[in-house]
Amino acid sequence: MRGGRTPLPHWVDIGLIPLANVVLAFLVAGFIVLAIGENPLVAVRVLIAGALGDSEGIGYTLYYATNFIFTGLAVAVAFHAGLFNIGGEGQAYIGGLGIGLVLLAGDRYLPFSVLLPLTLLAGAGFGAGWALVPAYLQAYRGSHIVITTIMFNFLAAALMVYLMVNVLIAPGSMSPQSREFGPAAHLPFIHDVLAPIGINLTATPLNLSVVLAIVLCVFVWLLLWHTPFGFELRTAGHSEAAAIYAGVRPRRIIIISICLSGAIAGFVGLNEIMGVQHRLLLNFAAGYGFTGIAVALMGRNHPLGIVVASILFGILSQGGTELAFSIPTITRDMIVVIQGLVILFSGALPQLSRPWFEWLFGMLQRQVPAMRGV
Amino acid sequence: MVLTLSATLRVATPLILGAIAGLFSERSGIIDISLEGKMLASAFAAATVAALTDSAWVALGVGILIAGAFSLVHGYACVTQKGNQVVSGIALNILASGLTIVLGNAWFHRGGQTPNLSAKARFMALDLPGAVSLRDVPVVGPLYGEFISGHNLIVYAALLAVPLTQWVVNNTRFGLRLRAVGENPQAVDTAGISVAWLRYRAVLLGGLLTGTAGTYIAIAQNAGFSRDMTAGQGYIALAALIFGKWRPYPVLGACLMFGLLDAIAIRLQGVRVAGIGEVPVQFIQASPYLLTVILLAGFIGKAVAPKAAGVPYVKER
Repeated sequence: MRGGRTPLPHWVDIGLIPLANVVLAFLVAGFIVLAIGENPLVAVRVLIAGALGDSEGIGYTLYYATNFIFTGLAVAVAFHAGLFNIGGEGQAYIGGLGIGLVLLAGDRYLPFSVLLPLTLLAGAGFGAGWALVPAYLQAYRGSHIVITTIMFNFLAAALMVYLMVNVLIAPGSMSPQSREFGPAAHLPFIHDVLAPIGINLTATPLNLSVVLAIVLCVFVWLLLWHTPFGFELRTAGHSEAAAIYAGVRPRRIIIISICLSGAIAGFVGLNEIMGVQHRLLLNFAAGYGFTGIAVALMGRNHPLGIVVASILFGILSQGGTELAFSIPTITRDMIVVIQGLVILFSGALPQLSRPWFEWLFGMLQRQVPAMRGV
Repeated sequence: MVLTLSATLRVATPLILGAIAGLFSERSGIIDISLEGKMLASAFAAATVAALTDSAWVALGVGILIAGAFSLVHGYACVTQKGNQVVSGIALNILASGLTIVLGNAWFHRGGQTPNLSAKARFMALDLPGAVSLRDVPVVGPLYGEFISGHNLIVYAALLAVPLTQWVVNNTRFGLRLRAVGENPQAVDTAGISVAWLRYRAVLLGGLLTGTAGTYIAIAQNAGFSRDMTAGQGYIALAALIFGKWRPYPVLGACLMFGLLDAIAIRLQGVRVAGIGEVPVQFIQASPYLLTVILLAGFIGKAVAPKAAGVPYVKER
């Protein structure tokens, strides 16, 4: 399937070629920066200084990375089942709605310790629920999940505009926002958590949902590679025929994996609504779902790779803000360009650089006889 | 009433062009969800060129060229590199939405907008012969003057593209091979016809049509480019393509229906209807997506995609 004629060492296939794809994406991005008359090297320096230069930058970087881990994991889980969930955008949006509804209903009566599990359930439940219809249609009615999840992204956006403008808007508010939640419904910020033990950090939006993101990474890793269910899921993703032969029910796998994917995406709402905004509003999930695709592709659908890719995109997001500040010619939308390029090179053209490495290794083997045995 | 119908036609034009573009691509076996990105990129290109040259025709040419370039990238990824067609489409959509703002901001310093265009640099409404003199005749006058006449050239071109596509797909050698390559590329290859060349031609036709659609949005419907101005119309075109089951006339019908829904939604903004209260406009605007999902679920007939769509063609070794 992937095989060219020259076999390459395993580490080239899983390490060097993916790296080359990301490098290509950044090279093209560099040329675009050159084309608009700026120096890409200066841009990179500003970007890294903005993202990692001080504790404030790092806090923002990790806060963005938290969202990317959620949406990246969501894409990866579905991908291992051979399905492409591009509905992360809508599932994150609706998951946030669920979280917001629980907090609006309970923030005056319930303590934080009761609210937190309820919001976790609501975020996962609403996200999974929004994914359930496309999953059902894929499994039982044969309609393509890519198309239905695209449609559901738009439906989620329309539903949210309706709810925020007509139902959930705070009385007397001009902009479509709900009232602010009470203090019991705030997820603690990391700088508040660490202050009592003597670590003083600048105030940033980074909150406890980053812990959930890491826990979910471990959970997904255990589930996919260390449980019978994970084995079934990956088998179904690899070959449906083989899966059926082995007694796996593909329809069940489709429903569970897509709902799990939606549930994980729903936690973007935890970070945004309960962690940072403390109220329901519009467009809080904007773009995170699509970045998740880039993150998953770049991280090769492995939790560890996803963490690395998320941090990289976190650096781009935070550094991009600084960049737009100090070099006004380059707007924050440059990150969107880089996302598109990463998806293009890592996802759509993954074998582009392969012939170059085949040529290189062919040369090496002819030059260095000792390598023939490798 | 006539005004709503007339608005329907104007709203439906980019949908028709986009959906027909998708039709050529998908009938050849290449899934194209990058309609949105191509329309956006060509809208930006057309608005930029129109602002610089003051010529609508040059703008149309460049709009088509840019959409064609995006199509070539899509074709290269899907046909030559045998990559994932959906991923490639998403990449192009995201790339277009970022690149148009980055370049627009760098060139015009207006936060991603392009300068407002003069009438000379746009495609303006045409009055068909007799439209003005017939205006006072009841029924026929408004119908001819407002609905049939009074649109710009691209609207008529889009309407003409439908029968033309029907003819090309059903009655020409290219059309026969196009349909064959979307259903059974092995058979086409066995007959000694290049699968890759056929598919490249199909995606390039898509570039021509999406380029026209984007140009229409930027310099005929509006007077310049603004951020994300295609606003999901490429996806609605995709929905219309599925709703019309990949056939030209049903696709036209779906586009007109979605256009009508949009025109009605704009008219009903803030209107109170007895018994319902204020009409939730969002739901009318979301209805194309909802209807498509219901169709795909198999509740309104059955939508069967071309068999080989989404599968890269690999010669047996």
